[in-house]
Amino acid sequence: MNFAEIRRALGVALWFVFLTFPLMVIRVDSIESTIEWRWMNMLWVAVGSFALSLLTSWYFRRREAAVGKVSDKPPLAVRLRTWTADPARRLPLFGALAAFAIVFPFLFSSYQTNIMTTALMYVVLGLGLNIVVGLAGLLDLGYVAFYAVGAYSYALLNTHFGLGFWTVLPIGAALAALFGILLGFPVLRLRGDYLAIVTLAFGEIIRLVLENWNDFSQGPSGISNIERPALFGIELTLNQSITYLYFLMLLMVIITIFVVNRLQDSRIGRAWLALREDDIACQAMGIDKTKTKLTAFALGATWAGMVGVIFAAKTTFINPASFTFLESAIILAIVVLGGMGSILGVIIGAFILILLPEYLRALADYRMLAFGAILVTMMIFRPQGIIANVRRTYQFTRKDA
Amino acid sequence: MQQSNTAILEVKGLSMAFGGIQALNQLDLKVHGGEIVALIGPNGAGKTTFFNCVTGIYTPTAGDVLLTPPGQKTTRLNGLKPNVIAKRGMARTFQNIRLFQNMTVLENVMIGRHCRTSSFILGAIFRPPHTRREEQEIVDHSYAILEKVGLADVVNDFSKNLSYGQQRRLEIARALATEPSLLLLDEPAAGMNPQETQELDKLIRRIRDEGHAVLLIEHDMKLVMNLSDRIYVMDYGRRIATGTPQEVSADPAVIKAYLGESDDA
Repeated sequence: MNFAEIRRALGVALWFVFLTFPLMVIRVDSIESTIEWRWMNMLWVAVGSFALSLLTSWYFRRREAAVGKVSDKPPLAVRLRTWTADPARRLPLFGALAAFAIVFPFLFSSYQTNIMTTALMYVVLGLGLNIVVGLAGLLDLGYVAFYAVGAYSYALLNTHFGLGFWTVLPIGAALAALFGILLGFPVLRLRGDYLAIVTLAFGEIIRLVLENWNDFSQGPSGISNIERPALFGIELTLNQSITYLYFLMLLMVIITIFVVNRLQDSRIGRAWLALREDDIACQAMGIDKTKTKLTAFALGATWAGMVGVIFAAKTTFINPASFTFLESAIILAIVVLGGMGSILGVIIGAFILILLPEYLRALADYRMLAFGAILVTMMIFRPQGIIANVRRTYQFTRKDA
Repeated sequence: MQQSNTAILEVKGLSMAFGGIQALNQLDLKVHGGEIVALIGPNGAGKTTFFNCVTGIYTPTAGDVLLTPPGQKTTRLNGLKPNVIAKRGMARTFQNIRLFQNMTVLENVMIGRHCRTSSFILGAIFRPPHTRREEQEIVDHSYAILEKVGLADVVNDFSKNLSYGQQRRLEIARALATEPSLLLLDEPAAGMNPQETQELDKLIRRIRDEGHAVLLIEHDMKLVMNLSDRIYVMDYGRRIATGTPQEVSADPAVIKAYLGESDDA
């Protein structure tokens, strides 16, 4: 630790004191018309940012020292994979995880179960978007549109035609896939920023249509009294229904992981990766770009559609406010934070992004501030995401050896 | 190395204009089965544009590109998409290497197998026996090609971590995986040291002997003169000479294009 670093940390502390002064120090009591000066807060901010600044410079110094030295440590994902490959560890680990997941709704309150169901929904949404963004490299900022398509297909088909949850689940998935293809066609030629803008607009169009087409979607007042999913015709109480939805979502997550995992290591999964890496070379090597892009959009949208149906069944009330751009941004953040293309990463990302704000409620007003700080820190220290994607390796015995 | 008389690739009057710039002007070219043909010319002569027109990356403004893989019908390639052309039996490498950097070496070659395989979404998810067989075939075939080009030791490395010469060879391997009847190589020896160039020479001959015709753009004259059966020389989008290496190197038009005109000539 040298003088320059301390001086820099002092500068950072001063700057943060200045920045947070109106927020942390001044408090206007509007009832008594007085101003409360909380000078102690200023001290905490100063000390806190000073310490953090020193910590970061120490970290970066250590990281710079490590550059050049060849690290014999394989990436985290590889280490995890080798660690779990041993059946002696694998079985107890997955057994414990499965047991915890199964007893969870009986151990905790229905409030907790509800939050966990929401987190699981975002796991599936994240994995779905991961196909489009992480694997195929198509930046989609309007993913929530497909979620909305799923939710509204259940809401509308249920209220108008009385169709049940299980009937609409595949219909919602298919409709979302269809919308995925609809979005895919106009953006076939677009890449990068332009693609992002068009998908963003697409998401907004869907929301605005739902908001303004009163005859169709009942506008901003939304659709209420949507049926909860039935279990072989048995009437469920509210609590039972929450537990049921939890298990339904759990099953859905397992199916999604299975499917996405298989897609990743398949002919079509490799084509997505190739499209992400270099679209000219990918075409020149015989990959149909149109087909590959459209399947990515359609398959990504399918998951959003199914989760949308479950969302409508879970909340029994939907309106366009649930499908704003912020939702797309959160799902995208899950994928980026977790690690693009990595299944485990996306799962962890979803849990962090959805559960953290819930459990940070103890911090009351500062919850979103803390949440933001954690996100920024994460992206500084692990820009590749929590778990970077690794590709499958193959073993060969050399013939000429 | 028997030379057949049927032209695998026949290009007639190929022209390409970008706005007012005539990049290719009435170009004719033929590649026969079992041949190694070189396309040379000064920088900016339009060689890479020619490759891009032939492989469908650009649509030529005029002319015909006809491909006749051995034992198959002739197809006119103008206006077809690059992936369709690759499937018809023509594959290429790129001058500025275009590998899939964050994929492994093996996966890069496996991409080349894409157009010769067919499993789709349901196959990927349920992996029925025929998909497993196909997948195994892709892996085995790709590995065999990597052994051939000498990259069997690095199959699981990311392609971005390979040396320059290895990346060039990986591009060739990836193109070979599409089972091309004609392989187009765009400056395969660029950036290679003499020893690597020597190995490349052997590799290209071997590729030819295994039944792929080769058309290459190259600046390394020693390699071109050694390797090619015939040479086409281009300048300013036109063909200025053609013939065997000996004929071409004696052609006054070629000497002029490369060395400039002397005062007393």
